[in-house]
Amino acid sequence: MLLSKEDVLHVANLARLSVEPSELQEIQDTLSRVLEYIDLLNELDTEQVVPTSQVVEQHTVWRSDQVEKSLPIALAIQNGPQVVTGMFVVPKILDGGGQ
Amino acid sequence: MSESYEVVIGLEVHVELKTASKLFCGCTNLFGQEPNTHTCPVCLGMPGALPVLNQQAVALATRAALALSCDVHPFSKFDRKQYFYPDLPKAYQISQYDQPLATEGHVTIRGEFGMRSIGIERIHLEEDAGKLNHIGQRLGDATGSLVDLNRAGVPLIEIVSRPDMHSPEEARLYLTELRTVLSYLDISDLRMEEGSMRCDANISLRPSSYTGSLVDLPRVEIKNVNSFRNVQRGIEHEIVRQKALLEQGIRVVKETRGFDDAAGTTYSQRSKEAANDYRYFPEPDLPPLILDTEWLEAQKREMPDLPEALRHSLTTEGLVSRDVEVLVQDRALYGFWREVVAIFPDVKLVTNWLLSDYSRHMNAQGLSFDTPGVSAEHLAQLLGLIQDGTLSGKMAKEVLEAMFTTKESPEAVVQRLGLSQITDQEAIRVIVAEVITANPGVVADFQGGKDKALAFLVGQVMKATKGQAKPNLVNSLLREAIASHV
Amino acid sequence: MASLTWDAVEMVRRVQSGEVSALELVDAALERIADVDANIGAFLYVDDNGARDAASRIDSDLTREQKERLPLAGIPVAIKDNLVTREMPTTAGSKILEGFRSPYNATVVERLLAAGAIPVGKVNLDEFAMGSSTEHSAYQVTRNPWDPTRVPGGSSGGSAAAVAAGMVPLALGSDTGGSIRTPASYCGVVGMKPTYGRVSRYGLIAFASSLDQVGPFARTVRDAVLLLHVITGKDPHDATSVDVMPTQATVAAVEPSRMRIGLPEEYFGDGIDPKVRTRVDGALETLRGLGATLVPISLPHTRYAIATYYLIANAEASSNLSRYDGVRYGFREAAPDLIQMYANTRSLGFGREVRRRILLGTHALSAGYYDAYYLKAQKVRTLIRRDFEQAFSQVDLIVTPTVPDLPFKFGEREVDPLQMYLTDIFTVTTNLAGLPGLSQPIGLTDGLPVGLQWIAPALQEERILGMAQALESVLPVPSWPMQGGSSQ
Repeated sequence: MLLSKEDVLHVANLARLSVEPSELQEIQDTLSRVLEYIDLLNELDTEQVVPTSQVVEQHTVWRSDQVEKSLPIALAIQNGPQVVTGMFVVPKILDGGGQ
Repeated sequence: MSESYEVVIGLEVHVELKTASKLFCGCTNLFGQEPNTHTCPVCLGMPGALPVLNQQAVALATRAALALSCDVHPFSKFDRKQYFYPDLPKAYQISQYDQPLATEGHVTIRGEFGMRSIGIERIHLEEDAGKLNHIGQRLGDATGSLVDLNRAGVPLIEIVSRPDMHSPEEARLYLTELRTVLSYLDISDLRMEEGSMRCDANISLRPSSYTGSLVDLPRVEIKNVNSFRNVQRGIEHEIVRQKALLEQGIRVVKETRGFDDAAGTTYSQRSKEAANDYRYFPEPDLPPLILDTEWLEAQKREMPDLPEALRHSLTTEGLVSRDVEVLVQDRALYGFWREVVAIFPDVKLVTNWLLSDYSRHMNAQGLSFDTPGVSAEHLAQLLGLIQDGTLSGKMAKEVLEAMFTTKESPEAVVQRLGLSQITDQEAIRVIVAEVITANPGVVADFQGGKDKALAFLVGQVMKATKGQAKPNLVNSLLREAIASHV
Repeated sequence: MASLTWDAVEMVRRVQSGEVSALELVDAALERIADVDANIGAFLYVDDNGARDAASRIDSDLTREQKERLPLAGIPVAIKDNLVTREMPTTAGSKILEGFRSPYNATVVERLLAAGAIPVGKVNLDEFAMGSSTEHSAYQVTRNPWDPTRVPGGSSGGSAAAVAAGMVPLALGSDTGGSIRTPASYCGVVGMKPTYGRVSRYGLIAFASSLDQVGPFARTVRDAVLLLHVITGKDPHDATSVDVMPTQATVAAVEPSRMRIGLPEEYFGDGIDPKVRTRVDGALETLRGLGATLVPISLPHTRYAIATYYLIANAEASSNLSRYDGVRYGFREAAPDLIQMYANTRSLGFGREVRRRILLGTHALSAGYYDAYYLKAQKVRTLIRRDFEQAFSQVDLIVTPTVPDLPFKFGEREVDPLQMYLTDIFTVTTNLAGLPGLSQPIGLTDGLPVGLQWIAPALQEERILGMAQALESVLPVPSWPMQGGSSQ
């Protein structure tokens, strides 16, 4: 197994997904199998290869510092699952959180 | 147990840039508006929305980097820093990770130790998060939080120092000088209380016997302290706390701590050992930034004289170093000084009045030099009245005080209060003649060689003029009149 | 009387000349949808009233001259449901966006509207475009119009099926690793993924930002050119967008006899269904007949493409899908505290395949694994790009089968996700290299369509379109599935 159950739970926590005990085995198996397949890439020596993160050849694309109209508040918050006084409500924050 | 410790401090300063619009969208960059009224699909993190970089933000960040003597990199790129928090709409912050805008700068601090250079490791551009308002008194017992995204996407620069500071005082000096330099660029409001300038401090104690790498020392980060004074207090407390732990043989835990203003102490917020894994990776939605020399030169041309140059020129103009520092550290004060000097070029007189009486009234009225209580023109006029003898120093103080209250010109105050020194010789001669006629005995005493008798006569003239005559003038006119009286 | 057997170019001509009204066309499309879509399941939402109103406005408010300035005057169009629309709901096929109403239109939608097109509805997809079969929508499956027991391909299965079944002449899809070309092949229609950057992604719900691209579905090549010309071009809201697409004139100027066409050996090896192979060989013969020169070439890193693709696409997806956190929009599962709210919302809101990919992508970016997975994949991506650069120094175009096999049955590739991933083996490379790719139908085998894929250097779409049009003109006129509906 390329991925332990602890790995799965760690990654799930990073991604803010919960994993039910009943599905843990299946997830571990599937992801491990995909990672085993991905191991194929290790056939290649890429030591000297520059990574590609974008395929567009352009650079320094920017806009001038012009103010544009914001959304009307009604549209900005219309999809909010819970909204009070124009703000989105979230439940109690337990740890310090943030960055 | 005679281990001694070296204090090692590094500071991370976030500065909001004063652009018209946000970093990646056209929403207004304005502080203190109704919640969520300055939001759009981009800064709300709506499905499908994409960021487009604000050129002016790059310009302002570049000027900051140049002013702090950094190497501005011709190539830099943006990355995503990922963590979940309700004030971060996309659950990632667009920032710069391994190829920031600028690196390797410095800030020079001055103190009793002389001058020291504090290194700047890097400056990068990133977007600000929104604001949470907790329902309840504190985060700890809040029942929930309200999310306002007006601030989300506001452009920030993060200035990361090297761990070059070794005392709370040095940290304060670094922050002060940093703010001074940035203030001349006019790229930010730099208001700690409004969050347009924020500071996190990293503190570790290095035992004298420690030979390992600085990076491996357990480091405590104090987050989001709201004033320079509190940064200093937080560091002071942290030094005491860490020293106490080390002396008891207890390991210092690498963690994030908050600062309790009332208690003057730091408290644990969250252990960094269970820290976030930010999973940085290159932002695919933004092509890299390539800044050519021509563009960099254009930014240099936009830059004003910086504190170092100003210190030099003020010293050359004859100011003492204490006054130079006071002037340079407040850009608005310096600007006002320049305005007054331009009208009234007696540098010393201007400086003396500005830094003493004028500043005292400003403080008393709680004003900053962005909104001077008395205009440069009026102050220059007042100094002119002193110089031509119309007002004595004492009278001028009185006039200035009135000017701060009524906003009148000095002439108007002088006239209203009937305060000017009588310099009209004819007017004084008339009074002198009257005094001589009224005091023949005293005049005779003076003529008989009693010099003190003249002082009495001067006093009588002054009394008759309600103190508005110039004593020297009265003195000479009396002598003249008595001589011719014979 | 409007006929849905006309292609879009013909429809536009008739609307502009006043031979048919836009409302007649839209009514015909809506009727056809009502007739056949119960058996297909292409549409997630049909905007009958909105479409009729828009059509009536074109008919009553515009002069003939004004209509002639609208390149898509009155044309009913279906929009993949990962393109945000103000007037219709947008779900991306996910429960997590149930009830979501976008406050803005995607740039491509704005361009359609400005061109006089009539969006009639939103069409189905694999959740967040993650899949090759359109089985993974949270709302419904879409069936292949040629055989309802088989998948239409994915993820733009709704777009492909709607066009193939004659419900609309044109549809928009998106392609991250083959999501336009695979369903185009399986449903027997023309589908193109343009060069990365050619079409604005603003308002396309991101799956993998460095790979995603919006593109057209049509029944003829000239219709694809028509739609492409409308949707392409630089967009101030998308920093990665580039130039506009060439017009029909430049496409028509392509001379088949001057084209050198590369046949990559890696795409013609074992693992191709022999029936597919036979059809493709036939098409190659036809190309030779047109005077094109066919040259064997090699793209040696092809075998690493799927692994590379799944690392990059899922890493980016794990980041792009983080914003679905139950705070500002979409589904939320209540919980006493924030962390639990996040976990409950995301675990119940996302389907199984999406969660699987988020986990894989998160792992690939996490501390200690970044270099081994994500960075490694980015480097192999460079090698794959170089393969194409090398190849295009020898040839003008590359041609391959679009998919190695015929449309598969529902559930057939559910057991093993790797099997599903390998469906995209011939299509992912163009996304990794940012190149344009097109699938065109080249005939039926056992009553099921086979597609041929064209690949060109970046921004050389006209070569592809010119050759595809030349080939189309000499192939037998295709028949279409589900004939005999009330509108036909």
